[in-house]
Amino acid sequence: MSLFVDVLSGGVSGGTSIMYAGVGETVSERAGVINLGTEGSMLVGALGSYAVGVETGNPWVGVLAGAAAGGALALLHGYLVVRRGASQFASGLSLLFLALGLTSLFGATYVGQPVVGFDTWEIPLLSDLPVLGPVLFQHDPLLYLGYVLVPTVWFVLFKTRIGLLVRTAGERADSLTVHGYSVDAMRIGAVTAGGVLAGMGGAHLATAYANAWFENMVAGRGFIAVALVIFATWSPWRVLGGAYLFGCAIALGPALQARAFEINQFLLDAVPFVLTLAVLTVLGKRTLSASPAELKRVFENAPPSG
Amino acid sequence: MSVRQSTPRWAVGVGLACAALVVAGCSSATESSGSGSDEPGKDTPAVGFITVGPKDDFGYNQAVYEGSQAVEDAFPDLEVMLAENVPEDDSAATTMQRMIDDGAKLIFATSYGHLDAALKVAEENPDVVVVQQGNTITTDIPENSGTYFGTVYEPMYLAGIAAGAATESDKLGYVYAFPIPQTIANINAFERGAQSVNPDVETITVSTSSWCDPGKQQAAAESLLAEGVDVLTQHQDCTSTVIQAAEKAGAMTVGYHADASELAPEGWLTGAVWDWGPVYTDIVQTVVDGDFVGSGYNDNFRVGYKTGTNPFVLAPYGPGVSEETIAAIEDAQAWLGTEEGSPFAGPVLDQDGEVEIEEGVIPTYAENDAMDFFVQGVVGNLAQ
Repeated sequence: MSLFVDVLSGGVSGGTSIMYAGVGETVSERAGVINLGTEGSMLVGALGSYAVGVETGNPWVGVLAGAAAGGALALLHGYLVVRRGASQFASGLSLLFLALGLTSLFGATYVGQPVVGFDTWEIPLLSDLPVLGPVLFQHDPLLYLGYVLVPTVWFVLFKTRIGLLVRTAGERADSLTVHGYSVDAMRIGAVTAGGVLAGMGGAHLATAYANAWFENMVAGRGFIAVALVIFATWSPWRVLGGAYLFGCAIALGPALQARAFEINQFLLDAVPFVLTLAVLTVLGKRTLSASPAELKRVFENAPPSG
Repeated sequence: MSVRQSTPRWAVGVGLACAALVVAGCSSATESSGSGSDEPGKDTPAVGFITVGPKDDFGYNQAVYEGSQAVEDAFPDLEVMLAENVPEDDSAATTMQRMIDDGAKLIFATSYGHLDAALKVAEENPDVVVVQQGNTITTDIPENSGTYFGTVYEPMYLAGIAAGAATESDKLGYVYAFPIPQTIANINAFERGAQSVNPDVETITVSTSSWCDPGKQQAAAESLLAEGVDVLTQHQDCTSTVIQAAEKAGAMTVGYHADASELAPEGWLTGAVWDWGPVYTDIVQTVVDGDFVGSGYNDNFRVGYKTGTNPFVLAPYGPGVSEETIAAIEDAQAWLGTEEGSPFAGPVLDQDGEVEIEEGVIPTYAENDAMDFFVQGVVGNLAQ
């Protein structure tokens, strides 16, 4: 297989968990809540899906459990920041450490246990296409679900009434109140939906991609997802592209090593993070102007309106 | 004045340790050495084990636990204590001291990073033997301490024979964490074992820069499989991701740490797995008999097929290993046990074709423990 196809295919499969979490975080931040606990939602999603997958032998039931676990953690974040006025940064990080501890504790018995994971579904005809076939159509069904997810979330956010309300909660919260809607409900709902998607991202990592559970196996992908949302300027489509780009950056190291390129391994390890910095630098100005107004208040430490 | 202080080596050891630490440990050592039996650890009623991780990790720590069970079976009158998840810092010393206060006069500190705490506890308790698993004492070795480990590259050489005979693409893949000497020796031994039955075979290496990151392991496995590799092996702490990636792709697997053949019923060949029982039992026997001081264990002990009780053994064979290959592996194992047998019996060439080990030279275990080059046939760069 050519290096090009290898890296692109690895980028799509390795980037999918980041994409789920990033699209979820987009929904959350569109409503004005940043969730640094996304990494935690991915962790509980990974363990939840894995444990339930092991117990039931059905990976789809596992995904539901992972989504529920990720959503539950995010719901707690939503409650703390929206209803109790907790700092969004402090709450998100606390919940991440809570998730790390809980998953290490309850996950110990699942380390090394075999799970019935997702198999590869080669899409008829499409998977035979040159380049596009192996890159896009020789993967697992949870990854294909991601192809449907992005247009769906985009449609809901920008073409439906509920999407308008969510975005208004993030832009002009007080006008929601004027019209008799609950800003709190919008925000808690959006954060929870984001956690559900992050949990599904964790589920993809554990039961479709790596087929393993190990403590702290998310290994920073949740934070990459949060950074991605910012440089994708809160657009689900750009999150999709960014997640795959990240996946490619991660896949580049092994792909070059397997072909014996004379490149220092530690340099390759840094590629995804150098990429983040580069993109943030280039897009910095544009990002600021595109930020949901209520989110800016979070960074400026002002109390949210509404 | 104790008998022991008349031994010059001991005096030098205490002197060096005190000079190095510049703390009060010295006085406690001289005080307590005046009491009790002459030989450290003799007739101990209890043995303590500390592990850095959980006892059910399907890997390193589980192997320690199973070894401690073997000790319990072999010495029914002995109390066996186990402390899991002991960090590699000073709290390890506290845990060990508690075991000693509860009667243990022999402690196994089983993680690489437990060495400093182990030496500290050994110094403060001259009547107790503290042995450490896997690290090396680089100063003078106190007479109540030592390190021990196996030579994992020997079974990896044998597993390489299985891989070299089974491959059809002549490409083997190796997923590893960091280019440390132990890993380098494993990779080299694997390739040389494979070459012994298949001169054209090469081993392609991919590093993940992590002992356990299943996501990176998957990316590494995918890249190797995309390059046409049809046997995958690894040096990682968590091993199931790479094994399942190989099985899904219809490729074969050589395992590490544990028998994971249930994860790869089709492609499992064999692997290097742990069996600490014989070594632990022998150390306990030596200490209980009062023979520890001056024994092989009162040293940086490295055990391999030459010395008989290598804690790394070959996992059961999978369906892809032929009778002929099994015979070749058994011959090679017998050869490794002889004076002139070694995975690195010269001549050994590096990747550039330069001679690293001359013809006729058999490197020692200690020399192999310091290996810093890839042999000819290994594909990949050593990050410098």
